[in-house]
Amino acid sequence: MSVEPDLSVALGPLRLRNPVMVASGTFGYGPEYADLVDLNRLGALVVKGISLEPWAGNPPPRTVETASGLINAIGLQNPGVDGFLRTYLPFLRRFDVPVIVNIWGRTVEEYAAVARRFDAVEGIAAIELNVSCPNIKEGSRTFGTNPDLFRRTVAAARAATRRPLIPKLAPNVGDIAAYARMAEEEGADAVSLINSIPALAVDVETRRPVLGNVTGGLSGPAIFPIALKLVWEAARAVRIPAIGMGGIAGPEQALAFLVAGASAVAVGTANFVHPPTAVETVEGLRAYLRRHGMGTIRELVGSLAL
Amino acid sequence: MPQGEAGARAPMQLEEAVVAAHDPFAEIYRRLVLEAPRIGPLVQPGQFVHLRLPAPADAILRRPFSVFKADARTVHVLYKAVGRGTLAMTRLAPGERLSVLGPLGRGFPAPTPGRRPVLVAGGYGMAALYLQAARAPQPGVGFVGGRSAVDILCVAEVEALGWRLYPATEDGTLGARGRVTDVLDRWLAEQGDAPLEFFACGPNAMLRAVAERARRRDAPAWISMDRNMGCGVGACLTCVQKVRDPAGGWTWARCCREGPVFEGREVVWEGEP
Repeated sequence: MSVEPDLSVALGPLRLRNPVMVASGTFGYGPEYADLVDLNRLGALVVKGISLEPWAGNPPPRTVETASGLINAIGLQNPGVDGFLRTYLPFLRRFDVPVIVNIWGRTVEEYAAVARRFDAVEGIAAIELNVSCPNIKEGSRTFGTNPDLFRRTVAAARAATRRPLIPKLAPNVGDIAAYARMAEEEGADAVSLINSIPALAVDVETRRPVLGNVTGGLSGPAIFPIALKLVWEAARAVRIPAIGMGGIAGPEQALAFLVAGASAVAVGTANFVHPPTAVETVEGLRAYLRRHGMGTIRELVGSLAL
Repeated sequence: MPQGEAGARAPMQLEEAVVAAHDPFAEIYRRLVLEAPRIGPLVQPGQFVHLRLPAPADAILRRPFSVFKADARTVHVLYKAVGRGTLAMTRLAPGERLSVLGPLGRGFPAPTPGRRPVLVAGGYGMAALYLQAARAPQPGVGFVGGRSAVDILCVAEVEALGWRLYPATEDGTLGARGRVTDVLDRWLAEQGDAPLEFFACGPNAMLRAVAERARRRDAPAWISMDRNMGCGVGACLTCVQKVRDPAGGWTWARCCREGPVFEGREVVWEGEP
């Protein structure tokens, strides 16, 4: 008699029914894709980055397609904590899906303030710290790539909330394992990686940058092998779980992240291309476990044979 | 920042469509007819579909196209092969499948009773206006401009619906020589204060000119804004356009969700406070 494989995973105190989440900034705040995707079938939904106050973001053009990738410089446009709570959270509460809020600030104190706001809100499963978005000029770049600032930001957010805390790591650092260890030491429950990779597109006819913000962050299939290597390095350096992302287009890349040590994964840019990617990836993982006679997805995590 | 959901609309569909026909259209354009029985009947004038093209393989994003015609079984789009993506698109053969997301966006409202509908199109902007003309309770007038006669399309189709069309070309090869707004201005000067309602699709400068003329007459101008798009459903915030907010400032609207059709007075144009 065959038993249904167990897809559930734990990220610290947070339990997910399956390990496939949708990544911040690629799924809006929930309603955008609800016509097409049964949100209850997602492992978790990570909403677009939220700051204390509403934020207008960058001037257009905000994205440009490159070979197998997408460079974005949206600039973290968002309705602020109150706008999110008023406009989107009531909608999200109608679903049985863990909602992870991605938060950012312009100072360490602002990060802590946003974390504190969400600490008091029912229906928030976890807080992802966006210390690595390449599109904020007032220092956000350095939150994720400056060891001292990174450590202080994680510590301040940790002190501000009891909710599971997930710092999202920047890929453009010399030693990703060191950042994962700092997150663990400061009390993070998990780390997620990678954020998009700083990138530039140039229009050679006008000899001007394509993006309004000049530079942006590269995502999509182009970054998958880079992300996989970084996730492997980070996951083996810490005991807290890692959430792997970067270029997942289906079960194949998700499986690779899990084998490399990720306890969960997130689908990002592929949501824009094929909205059911995350739920199809869940089914692909289930089929893989059956085919390999595995009882639980957790057998796969970190199983890379060297 | 109001990123809330606009009024009720048909739920979008993700459909594997089959290419039913794909042929040259009006010299420099091509017409792609998709068998899409879930999307076709839901399309409202001015809405668009987001196509996942099979080639080039390294182009990962969908491509948005205005819907030209739609019925219970099919969706038609018109396009011109201008870039790598649309060049590859010309090789789509009947019987091939492609993923279609739609119908998307807020299209044109039904014409206001008592106002004469006036279409203004630049180049293949006419493709996005055809359904509006076809479904209007009564015909009106249309102005369509382009560089040359080959840039202008659908004149016969829209005239067949009973609309009076005034073409204009910069080189004089069809209709009046000059810009579409020159012809429009001459016509408007003869209308006195007759109540009009504008529906426009074309380059931004043309849309702005139409919106200004409508504002002077205190008439509505429904303009379809073209912006680079990412997801097409309001998640990625690529296709944002500045619009006025009730507090007297501005806010971003998403062309794919709150648009692509805006009322001219909503839009904050380049250089405006």
